[in-house]
Amino acid sequence: MEQRQQFTHSALPYALLVPQIAIIAVFFFYPAAEAIYLSFMLEDPWGLSSTFVGLENYDIIFSSAEYLRSIFFTVGFAIVVSFLSLAIALLLAVKANNILHGKSAYKITLTWVYAVAPAVAGIMGGFIFNPHIGVFTDIFASLGWDFSLYTNPFDATLTLVLVSVWKQVSVNFIYFLAGLQSISYAVNEAAMLDCESDRRRFWTITFPLLAPTGFFLLVINLTYAFFETFGVIDTLTSGGPGGGTTSLVYKIYRDGFIGTDIGGSAAQSVVLLVLVLMLTWVQFKFIEKRVHY
Amino acid sequence: MKKQLITGVLASVLSTTAMAETNITWWHAMSGQLGETVNTIARDFNALQDEYKITPVFKGSYVETLTAGIAAYRADQAPNILQVADVGAATIINAPGVAKPVEDILVQSGYSFNNKDYIAGVRNFYADSNGKMIGMPFNSSTPVLYYNKDILAKAGVEAPKTYEDLEQVAKKLKAQGYATFSQSLTPWIMFENFKSRHNLPVANKNNGFDAPATNIMINTPDMAMHFNKLKEWSDKGYYKYYGSDWDANQQPFEKEKVAMWLGSSGSFGGLRNRVDFELGTTYLPYWKSVNKEAGRTFIGGAALFAIDGKPQKEQQAVAAFFSYLTSPETQMFWHKSTGYVTVTKAAYELTKKSGYYQEQPDAEVGVKQLSLPGGEWTRGYRLGFYSQIQEVMHREFDNVFADRITVEKALANIDKESQVMLNRFARSVR
Repeated sequence: MEQRQQFTHSALPYALLVPQIAIIAVFFFYPAAEAIYLSFMLEDPWGLSSTFVGLENYDIIFSSAEYLRSIFFTVGFAIVVSFLSLAIALLLAVKANNILHGKSAYKITLTWVYAVAPAVAGIMGGFIFNPHIGVFTDIFASLGWDFSLYTNPFDATLTLVLVSVWKQVSVNFIYFLAGLQSISYAVNEAAMLDCESDRRRFWTITFPLLAPTGFFLLVINLTYAFFETFGVIDTLTSGGPGGGTTSLVYKIYRDGFIGTDIGGSAAQSVVLLVLVLMLTWVQFKFIEKRVHY
Repeated sequence: MKKQLITGVLASVLSTTAMAETNITWWHAMSGQLGETVNTIARDFNALQDEYKITPVFKGSYVETLTAGIAAYRADQAPNILQVADVGAATIINAPGVAKPVEDILVQSGYSFNNKDYIAGVRNFYADSNGKMIGMPFNSSTPVLYYNKDILAKAGVEAPKTYEDLEQVAKKLKAQGYATFSQSLTPWIMFENFKSRHNLPVANKNNGFDAPATNIMINTPDMAMHFNKLKEWSDKGYYKYYGSDWDANQQPFEKEKVAMWLGSSGSFGGLRNRVDFELGTTYLPYWKSVNKEAGRTFIGGAALFAIDGKPQKEQQAVAAFFSYLTSPETQMFWHKSTGYVTVTKAAYELTKKSGYYQEQPDAEVGVKQLSLPGGEWTRGYRLGFYSQIQEVMHREFDNVFADRITVEKALANIDKESQVMLNRFARSVR
């Protein structure tokens, strides 16, 4: 006689879920709802008066050339940082994985900066690229390049990219290396018999097998480039020069916290929320389909 | 059982002694050496009497301190005293019922108050349109011109009094291979204090004192002339623009890459210790062509605001502390240890008498500049969302000196964007 597997409906699973749901509600749903509410209000910072202004806050941000530029910067910056961090890390991981002797020395040095906080990376970058005492500034100057972190938006963006990528490569490196090591040696061995070209084997065997790791890292890296680089931007350029490195997140912080314009800042965070939702949808709809687990 | 009884008795004894003391908190933004000086002042105040106890708490930068204060106020957890910088003054003064005017708090607790005791440039900055002082000026500084005496002597020139002189000096310094000057905080030095020095309005509605201002006087002929000159000097290599970062503009002066630096009078203590050359200090330059009778500048820095709605006893403690803080001895101690100016005349006289200015003549320049004759427009300014407006200024000036837009276009942009923000602020404080 077959015993039927059936879950009886008890309150226990819900009770177990409550703490998690409560945390998400308090730290995500409630603030998000509050942000949506505030984005339709004009409020003084102290919370003494609050007026409903309809879509005025959205109207202001979408008619601002500065805001549109900030969107372009953020998207461009995120793509460049994610691509470079992933590409460099993958290259290093593949090379480190093939090394037979002294493997751990490479592994240690390449994961060295794993735990560096973005703000700390930014401060270090600030010293290295400082216009008056920076080592790299001097090197660039000796090559005839008048590098200027604080006055040239291109140089500032380049510095941000370098520092952000440097900080992120080691994180990606760890995951890629783990991914490579989980690929069965038998598969590689079999491929080696059939195909002589290293490059071809990489693109037809290793890369597809790494795709789940790669997809996970792509999501993580885009999130990093969108949000966590805030620390690098705040400590290195503060969104300047000429507003050229103001990312969406940095602008929300500056308008809301420094500028105390709560309504305007809330409207921007709602827009960002929608952008992130769209991006997540695109990622899972189109990219994940091509990933085979 | 016996043990419990003893602990209970002990606890009640301890709590009664604690009860006798009224505790107040003071959130400030003074880091490093300045923070230690703040702690010393608080410690001395606590040691002097046993009725009140003040606890200073460092809350980060000016912005972080104000943000923390706002958040705490919204949650009914505000400190008794909050330090707010000049740019944030409008945010707190325009909020009805948030800050209790220092004048009221002192008088109600039985202390005498006369705003004439305060140095002219300090008196009105944190006051309302009737001259009633709302915030207690605390760390006050003003922009001055620092110069490298060695370089100037080599070129055979004197420190310039006016921008016309400065242009002549620049030619000679250029011949010696030196850039003439850099400056830190463009909106503060080249807009606000430019206006004050020449007795020109900063904003409409009486510089924002009568009602929230809706327009700043940035897109004006005097500003256009001044910034076009700066741009011309930048092209000729007289003026070096190192971006909006404070230190990036101060360092070249310390490293003798530029001969002069326009910066805060509060910086002289640190500068003196760091530079290897003879340091000179003088008044902020002005244009003879704009106003021959140039006068005083505004104070920068920050003030202390007493948060309203606290128990009577705590307000008395705040009053007692303010009274201690403005005593000539405390002021002189603060002035000497930090470089910020004394806020009262009595403290200035006491410092003079102590012979301090004979050894440190540079320390007096800021106070003297703030005591120069003033006019209709030198009381101060009150601008809503002003730190955001300053951001816009930094952005546009970055673009001007990087040759991306013209001065006229930049000023028009600032004018347009600041109007939007000021109008929003005016509506939000209704």
